[in-house]
Order: sequence, then C-alpha cells, then structure tokens
Amino acid sequence: MSGRFPRRLPRHLTGRILGTALLLLGALVVLAPFLWMLSVSLKPADEIFTSDVHLIPNRIAWENYVTAVTTVPLGRFLLNGVIVCGGILVFQILFTVPCAYALAQRSFPGRSLLFGCVLAGLLVPFHVTAIPIFIGLAKLRLLDSYTALILPFIGSVFGIFLFRQFFARLPTALFDAARVDGLSEAAIVWRIALPLAWPAATAFAVFSVTAHWNDLFWPLVATTSPEIATPPRGILYFRDEEAGTDLGPLMAGATLVTAPLVILFLLAQRTFMRGVASGGLRG
Amino acid sequence: MMAPISRAWREGLTDLYLVGPTVLVLAALVFVPVLIVFVLSFTDYQLGDRSVTFVGFDQYVALFTDPIGRRAITNTLIYVAVMVPSSILLALLVATRLHGMAQWSPGLSRFLRAAYFLPVAATLVAMALAWQMMLHPSIGIVNMTLVRLGLPAPAWFSDRGLVIYTLALIGIWQTIGYNMVLFLAGLAVIPRHLYDAAEVDGVSSAWSRFWTVTWPMLGPTTLFVAVITATAGFRVFETVAALTGGGPAFASDTLVYALYREGFVYFKVGYASAITVVFFVFVALLTFIQYGLLQKRVHYR
Repeated sequence: MSGRFPRRLPRHLTGRILGTALLLLGALVVLAPFLWMLSVSLKPADEIFTSDVHLIPNRIAWENYVTAVTTVPLGRFLLNGVIVCGGILVFQILFTVPCAYALAQRSFPGRSLLFGCVLAGLLVPFHVTAIPIFIGLAKLRLLDSYTALILPFIGSVFGIFLFRQFFARLPTALFDAARVDGLSEAAIVWRIALPLAWPAATAFAVFSVTAHWNDLFWPLVATTSPEIATPPRGILYFRDEEAGTDLGPLMAGATLVTAPLVILFLLAQRTFMRGVASGGLRG
Repeated sequence: MMAPISRAWREGLTDLYLVGPTVLVLAALVFVPVLIVFVLSFTDYQLGDRSVTFVGFDQYVALFTDPIGRRAITNTLIYVAVMVPSSILLALLVATRLHGMAQWSPGLSRFLRAAYFLPVAATLVAMALAWQMMLHPSIGIVNMTLVRLGLPAPAWFSDRGLVIYTLALIGIWQTIGYNMVLFLAGLAVIPRHLYDAAEVDGVSSAWSRFWTVTWPMLGPTTLFVAVITATAGFRVFETVAALTGGGPAFASDTLVYALYREGFVYFKVGYASAITVVFFVFVALLTFIQYGLLQKRVHYR
C-alpha cells in the first residue's frame, strides 16, 4: 500500500515504528513477571536482597531448584496434577462424546430438551455447584482423595456442546454408510466419530487440562492432605512453609509449576490458542 | 409385525446407553446441585447439623446488610469495573496492531502474539507469587524503581484503598492475551473489500478506518469478549486466595472468596449458598444482557 501514495510513506512509517515500539514495551511488561521469576529462581540469596537491580545473576544458583524439590514434594504435586487432569479428561471424553454424537446424529425422544439443558448448563459456573457437591462427597466419605478431585468434573456440559457442534457438521450419509457396513453405534462413536472430531478433541483437551491444572478453588475446598495436592495448591504449601520466605527456592518452585503448560503452549501455540479461546464459548 | 417393534426397542436401548450415563452425571453434578444450593440459601443449615430450618430470605438480608457481605459485593463490582474495560481496550489495541503487523512482519507478529498470550497459559497461582515478589513494598523491583525515580512507593497489597486495584491489575495482565486472540479471530473475518470501499469513499487515515469499518464490524466480538471477561472477573478467586486472603480488613474480599470462606472454612452453608445465588445471578444477568443486545443493537452480518 506504500507504493501508491509515496507522499504518505513517512507518516505511515513513523506510525508503524511508534506502534511497534509500544507493542514491544507492552510485551516486556507482560513478560516481566516471567523473566523476574526465572531470574530470582537462579539467584543466590545475597543477590536477591540487594538494592542493585540486575536481571542476569552474577552466579547461577541451581541449588534453589534442589531446595524447592526437597522442601516440599514438588515432584509429587506435579504428578498429582498429571493424574487429576488425565483422569478428568479421560472420563470427560468417555461421557461426552457418545452423548454429543447421539444429540447430533440420532433422533430420540427428549433430544431437544436435553440439548436445551446442555445450553442452560453452560451458564452454570462450577462454583455454583460446589457446596452441594462438597456435602455429597462428605456424606460418601470421599473428601480428600483423588476421587474428590476428579469426580465433580467427569461430565462436561461444555464438552458435549463442543463435540455436538462438530458432529452436527458431519454428513449423516457418512454414519448411514457405517451402519450399512454393520458397525455398531458404539463402534461408530469411537472408531469413526471421535477420530474425525480430532480438532475439537485437541481443543477440548487443551481447555480442560489448562482449567484443571491451574484451578485452586476446588483443591483448596476438597483436599487437606499435601500428598494429593495439585501444583497450585502445592506451591501455596511451599510458600507457607518456613523455607517459603526464601524467595529463590520459592520462585524455583513457581517456575517448575508453571513450566509444563508454558512449554506445552510454546510447542503447540495454534492448538493452544484455539483450545483456550474455545473455552470462551462457555460464556 | 414383531420385527419393527424389536428394532425400535433396540434403537431405544442404543439411545439409552449413549445418552443415559451422561444424563445421570449431569443431573447429579450440575442440575440437582443448582436446585439444592437455591433451597439451602433459604435455610440456616451448617455443616454437621442434624436438621434444617427454613429462614426465608434471612441469609440474603444478612448478606446485603452486613458490612462485610456488602464489601464482598462492591469489591467484586469494582474489580469487574476496572478490569473489564481496561483489558478489552488494551487487547483491542494489541490485536489491531498485530493484525496489521502480520502483513509486513509475520514473524514478529507471531512472537508478540505468543508473548501476550503467555499469562493465559501460565498457572495463575504461581504467577501471583511472582507478582507478590515484584510488588513487595521494600525489596520488590517495582517499588525500588519507583523510589529511584523519586516517586512514592505504594503498599500494593496492604493499603486498604489500593489492594483491590492491585488485584485488578493482575487480572488485566492475565486476560489481555485471551481477549487479544478473540479479537484477532474477529479481525480475520472482516472482508478486505470493506476497507477498499472505505478508501474509495475518502476514508484514508488509520484512525477513521478503524471507526468506520473495524469497530462496527467488531461489534459482536466486542460484546462477546466483554461478557466473557466480566464473567471471569466475577469469578476472581485465585489471586485473592493466594495473595490477600480477602484482607487487609476485608478490603479485597470478593464474592467467590467469601463463598469459599463462609462455606468451606466456617461451614455456614446457608449463608454461603445465599452468596452463591447472588454470584450466579450476576453471571446469568451478563448472559441475558448479551442476548438482549445481540437481538437489538449490534451490527451482525
């Protein structure tokens, strides 16, 4: 566009330079907590508590990371995060995909009522259901267990909605052909529908895993034992420990807790952004 | 005559095993709990009580007359009122710039996009601790810089008048990237020819192009972004729980944190249920406003 109006070029260029400079400055502010966290996690104590501000440590203090993983069972927290997020995701797929397939590609009495309920369910934040679910788990003596962390999330209204929208766009003829070939409906769901819905499935997986890896509310409510703490809950145990006032190890711990999802994001940015943005549909 | 009946039965059974388990799960984990929380909000039930007494609207009256309860509501509203417009405005600025930049420097545009999005992917509780360290009153890098510049050094988390704005600041930081992605998606579908038409009509500066084409075309996206951000704002919990515990003196107490404290620390289930219902009403209202506005005002193609 610069070729057509050479007279305007300088103004465009100054605008572009100014805009880019502001964007870079903004990005620096957004990245500052990450950079500073990483910097402090690698600094020895005497470099942290000083008025001399510098980003790169004079001496790299790897021992902060050793302190972090030995003061509290940080490895255990991360493993708990994997178990809880993995468990939730597996159950969510098991429950939502067949239901979404039936809603999109089959007709049965009460189908529109069920879909209406799904849409209504999208309105309900988890916090609204927390008290009754907590009481129910307490009565079943299931609190403070992996079950308590996984069970409340096994049915995802949002998952049903997302998969249903995807399946509804697939041609009915495709599924009819599979039926003519003698496939059972269960086989159609798992061997045809789910593989076709891979983009929806990865988006949903990213959404689900980020939501539950980062959640603090429910682990705080439903668990009291550090042995089953998820990463966000665990890092607060660390902070509240005696050693938690040591900023170096604390930031090393925070870095280790943040790292898995950040690395996952950097490896699969496009999928990640689509997945997290799809969560917006929950409105 | 037998065959079609048994076939209908088979089909019915298939529907049942595809849909049935999920219906039960949703009923048990979403719909019944919502009903229960409404009922509990009209009782004075405390965890461990053997019987339940209905007290009508007493819990709601208590919530709206108790200074601490009102504090939680006004704090949440302040948080939303500060966080939502700032986050949307900044995300819009970043997205329009990055959208243009994608044409002359796709690499830099992608890098900046990832940078702004990073807080969305990061674990908020861990990053809250990083913010706590940066905003430490004496040894935090922010205040050290301010002092060096001869500016006052605020007590970000212990100043009662300031703490909710500090949390809103972290909220803005955390949501810009998310909203930027939604705006970029909205910008990507604005047809190129609208800009050409505007150019023909004499709209030449970037500023007027934005107001004649981009802004009206982004109407639905902006509304969507506003509702999502506001919903996230009403849900603020992680930063409060990790950094302030609602303090000092309830100056950063919010609805979800109050619901957590009253329900799961003090086990005042009836009162916490009333807080839950008020929270739910705020969130549901947002969605209804969104539908209402979509019907009426916003340009939609």
